[in-house]
Amino acid sequence: MEFKDYYEIMGVKRDATQDEIKRAYRKLARKYHPDVSKEKDAEARFKEVGEAYEVLKEPDKRAAYDQLGANWKGGQDFRPPPDWDEGFEFRGRGDAGKDDGIHSDFFDSLFGRGRGGPGAAHQRSFNMQGEDHHARIAIDIGDSYAGATRTITLKMAEVDEQGRVVTREHVLNVAIPKGVRSGQQIRLAGKGGPGIGAGKSGDLYLQVEFHRHPIFRADGRDVYLDVPVAPWEAALGAGIKVPTPEGSVEMKVPPKSRAGSKLRLKGRGLPGNPAGDLYVVLQIALPPADNETAIAAYRKMAADLPFNPRAEMGV
Amino acid sequence: MTINDSPLRHAICIIEEQSGFTLEDLCRACAANMESGSEIIIELVEEGVLEPTGTSPAEWRFDGLSVRRARVALTLWRDLGVNTAGAALALQLMEELEVLRSRMTALGGG
Repeated sequence: MEFKDYYEIMGVKRDATQDEIKRAYRKLARKYHPDVSKEKDAEARFKEVGEAYEVLKEPDKRAAYDQLGANWKGGQDFRPPPDWDEGFEFRGRGDAGKDDGIHSDFFDSLFGRGRGGPGAAHQRSFNMQGEDHHARIAIDIGDSYAGATRTITLKMAEVDEQGRVVTREHVLNVAIPKGVRSGQQIRLAGKGGPGIGAGKSGDLYLQVEFHRHPIFRADGRDVYLDVPVAPWEAALGAGIKVPTPEGSVEMKVPPKSRAGSKLRLKGRGLPGNPAGDLYVVLQIALPPADNETAIAAYRKMAADLPFNPRAEMGV
Repeated sequence: MTINDSPLRHAICIIEEQSGFTLEDLCRACAANMESGSEIIIELVEEGVLEPTGTSPAEWRFDGLSVRRARVALTLWRDLGVNTAGAALALQLMEELEVLRSRMTALGGG
């Protein structure tokens, strides 16, 4: 198993005071808290930092950890020496776990298996509802339009027959409800952690995010797309075909449209009650001046049209 | 309110689109025990972060957005030692940020 350098994880020196450790923890926890952070791997980092703090904040555990020596480097292969924790207060207590965390093997080998969920450390004849689990799921915008089934794999801590905490992979088929929006949570009743005794299973909460789509962008229940039009289509008006997540539709570009004009297709956003709208944002595409005809046409426009595109800038 | 009336009875649902959550539902959805959970939820109501209908805690009914807000506030409190006023401020800023990010993506900048 890998050695974890808790000091390195916390970014503090080995002789840091308890106050410095607390400050470092608070700072990192704010940075990586899964509810706050947009950092990549925020959740994994938050757990790692939490584990490091759990050891370093308690003088007993810190002292025990320190006596492993300062020569270990994070990531090195590690086996705890026998009786390494002799004489320390926490020895054999085995209740080191926080309710919601899964510790690294390194931590477990030193401080004992954590509790897998509320009450897991208790004996049988004890009934308690299983833990709720929270996870994220990324879907395509089209999945929200049509509804879809997605297979997701979750790692969950479970308590086995011997009362030990083991990590199992759960494969779940999730029916994505139609109209779900980015940022919303889907709750799957009974798909969380198993209950204890006669307790019911917990629930699974999935926070939904959309994959980036090459054409469509969602803002709440509204969906946006950029649609290029030729200068004459924008100037004179035109009937054009635009793609939507449900197939293409015909729409009218009104005369005198400008770049950036938004045209609304009511009710063509994400489905729901009410459904969102689809906004077509016009982009004006210029025909390339790469042949005689095109060059001649541009020359004619330049000669015939008294047009200063920078008039509003006063130059 | 029996369990069958609870918005939590559906096998699959979008939390934000449900309403009628009781204080107990909220604690359950936030994985908080009734005692410490409801204490903080009551503070969040006083802070104006959660706006249930009904006059007393027993009659309170919350919407789906409250479930998310309460959960975030409770985890901030538990993990970062943020008090309810701080959590209220954090939630407000996080929601603003979310709107801005979403708008930015919609404009094609994100």
